Amino acid sequence: MTVLDTLTDPMIPVPFKIKKRKRELSDTFTLELEPPKGGGGFTFAPGQFNMLYVYGVGEVPISISGDPSDPSKLVHTVRAVGSVTEAMEKLKPGDTVGVRGPFGSAWPVEAAEGNDVVIVTGGIGLAPLRPAIYHILANREKYGSVIIIYGARTPEDMLYRKELEGWRGRFDLSVKATVDAATPDWAGRVGVVTKLIPNYTFDPVDTTALVCGPEVMMRYAISTLNDAGVMNDKIHVSMERNMKCAVGFCGHCQFGGAFVCKDGPVFRFDAIEDIFKVREV
Amino acid sequence: MVKIDGLDKLLAEHPFFKDLDASVRELIAGCAANEVIHPGDYLYREGDVIDKFYVIRHGRVALDVYVPGKNPLVIETLQEGDILGWAWLIPPYKAAFDARAEQLVRAVSLDAACLRKKCEDDHMVGYEIYKRFLPIVAERLKAARMQLTDLYANPKRT
Repeated sequence: MTVLDTLTDPMIPVPFKIKKRKRELSDTFTLELEPPKGGGGFTFAPGQFNMLYVYGVGEVPISISGDPSDPSKLVHTVRAVGSVTEAMEKLKPGDTVGVRGPFGSAWPVEAAEGNDVVIVTGGIGLAPLRPAIYHILANREKYGSVIIIYGARTPEDMLYRKELEGWRGRFDLSVKATVDAATPDWAGRVGVVTKLIPNYTFDPVDTTALVCGPEVMMRYAISTLNDAGVMNDKIHVSMERNMKCAVGFCGHCQFGGAFVCKDGPVFRFDAIEDIFKVREV
Repeated sequence: MVKIDGLDKLLAEHPFFKDLDASVRELIAGCAANEVIHPGDYLYREGDVIDKFYVIRHGRVALDVYVPGKNPLVIETLQEGDILGWAWLIPPYKAAFDARAEQLVRAVSLDAACLRKKCEDDHMVGYEIYKRFLPIVAERLKAARMQLTDLYANPKRT
């Protein structure tokens, strides 16, 4: 049982203490939150999100980026892009944030068993995918080839760089990273992330692709995956919209006939491809 | 008697020449040379007249923009399976960027004047060459436009 299972009202935040705070990038940080004592652990499925509340400032949806097999820690990686996340950036260990969740759909890590898995991600889009990566690596024997393709703005903007380097050192995993621009001291690739996809051999019929990043990047990544033979029913994307209530009441995150908070954020792409192409949804 | 595989075989193994008729490939191979470029060496510099293009077989080449007083900016890297240089097709045949070997590079170079003459003499050869270069140009233009959008930038801090 999780601490939040005890709640009858998903609209009421539960206070979590910040145990650790880590600077990831100049504008991005990770908070490790401690569930209230006696409340049990915090279980979630990879891809789900929480509503994090900075008391007196406001509430924002943030994907869970920690290990789903470790309920003792609740981990969120946050980019400071607005008043709430900028206030959150100033919080320190010992401070409290309100948590509602977990909400939303999950990456299909169990349905993908037996398949090759291609993960295409860019920028901070790696954070919502990290729990799926942890799960896949913990159950590595259940999957075929596993490929992680990551793009960032510059080498200094690479999220979880040490962890990426660690994954790249494994014999049972292919990891490739690229940046949009660099100085000559960067020894890796420079170019858009989609250029890395054709470099890999995977079985398109038995491949599950997980894609997360800026929507423009996802459009081009999906197109490149299609060119490689991966059909839209094998591609899953994580969408971002203006989520407020997180339970499908308020309608702020309506995306065509779906609510991103309740029906998403992870969607099988063929379920939303028509609406995905519509501008100003 | 030992048969020595020629440059034609190296070209045949490269994705750029995949599906190219063997007779055309053999003709093109007459303009080819095997090259090894050491890390840090420049294949060409911005403004140089391009007298050859490279079929990269191994290693990585960085395309740099020279910025006075600062480190050069790497805008793209090319590696095994890629083609370096299309300025040889477009007068006045001048390089727009520096091309620097980041690693040991093994490549087949194709002499531009030799190949242009073969393209003029036999338009089928020219068509086959252009047919292969145009998708590369289009793909790199698309990539450059994607880079221009600065996809990963923080909207609040840029």
